[in-house]
Amino acid sequence: MKTIITATGNTEDALFDLRYGRAKYFCIYDKETNSSKFIKNEHADAQGGAGTKAAEQTVELGVKQVISGDFGPKAKEILEKFNIQMVVLNDDTSSIKDIINKIK
Amino acid sequence: MSYTFAIASGKGGTGKTTVAVNLAKHIAQFKTPKVLLVDCDVEEPNDLLFFDNHKLEKSEELFVIVPEIDAEKCNFCKKCSDFCEFNAITIIPSETFIHVNIELCHSCGACFHACKIGAITESLSSIGHFNRYSTTIGNGLIEGRLRIGSAMQTALIRKLKEKITSENRIVLLDAPPGNSCPVVQTVSDADYVILVTEPTPFGVNDLKITIALLREMKKPFGVIVNKSGLGNNEIYNYLEKSAIDLLGEIPFDKEYASKYAMGTILSAIDKETESRYLNIIDNLEKSVKKNEGNNHFEW
Repeated sequence: MKTIITATGNTEDALFDLRYGRAKYFCIYDKETNSSKFIKNEHADAQGGAGTKAAEQTVELGVKQVISGDFGPKAKEILEKFNIQMVVLNDDTSSIKDIINKIK
Repeated sequence: MSYTFAIASGKGGTGKTTVAVNLAKHIAQFKTPKVLLVDCDVEEPNDLLFFDNHKLEKSEELFVIVPEIDAEKCNFCKKCSDFCEFNAITIIPSETFIHVNIELCHSCGACFHACKIGAITESLSSIGHFNRYSTTIGNGLIEGRLRIGSAMQTALIRKLKEKITSENRIVLLDAPPGNSCPVVQTVSDADYVILVTEPTPFGVNDLKITIALLREMKKPFGVIVNKSGLGNNEIYNYLEKSAIDLLGEIPFDKEYASKYAMGTILSAIDKETESRYLNIIDNLEKSVKKNEGNNHFEW
């Protein structure tokens, strides 16, 4: 199962990003292979609709779970529709590695 | 031919509405009855509150065109979604999922051009209402009221301005506060802009931003200092140094503020207030003629 963890940078040492649509990077963690890869969020600085775009990308990537600080209404609508689990984590001091270790 | 004034201010709460309704009243009484007040603050129109004897003459719902995507015809090429500056269209090919978010759509029409297979058709979306009132003062008042949740202020203001008829000699556009798109939309059709400010650091700071905007738009303008006696002298030094016309001053008066709160500023106008507005109207005429030439303006 693939999980997106919102990240402030593109390595596992980067801190967790509390924002979903406007996260700098998405860390895609694959539980089966215990591997992670990072993709840049192209819509992080969009004037509007960043959450919609993030949700669209999440669906297209075949991700089933997203861990972020919060989810806006437009993103939530799409994620809910595709049965993607939203996990809210209010912790901006953890690194991506810390979070991966928790869900392994 | 009509002459259009916009009443604007960078900072909110400086007295645009007070000035706009008073100008309408005094121009109607002393200059020409063919004056129309237009409340362009479509997010919170409140000019009407000051007219006791108003009567709704006409109300009309206004719409913009938004895309509707036919799922049967769509080939999920995503061109419309890529063309959309506002991220209003979500297309997920793997899930054959199509969604148009009306709240993000700016009705720019780009998606209609993007779609080469005719899967997008025009559909109407309500952005609010246009209302016309008679007020016993001049040619009355028109206003736009934005639908709650809609972000189409500029479209509504543009459509509201289309309702202004040519029988009006003087048109007063009461602008929204700030310096963003709705203000630009309001001011774009004005022949002259009346800026209302207050002599506080906030007032001066925001006034300078509005003036930079008006200079870029090449609009002539003058300034009314409302609530004078508050704050400091910075505003006067700035106006003098920049050779900007000071159209008048309205002293800060707590009693007047409470009349405003009760909505009664137009019901019993004292002589002092009357002469102050007549003086502003005189200065306004001088400032306009300075810009337009003596033969190009009459009330």
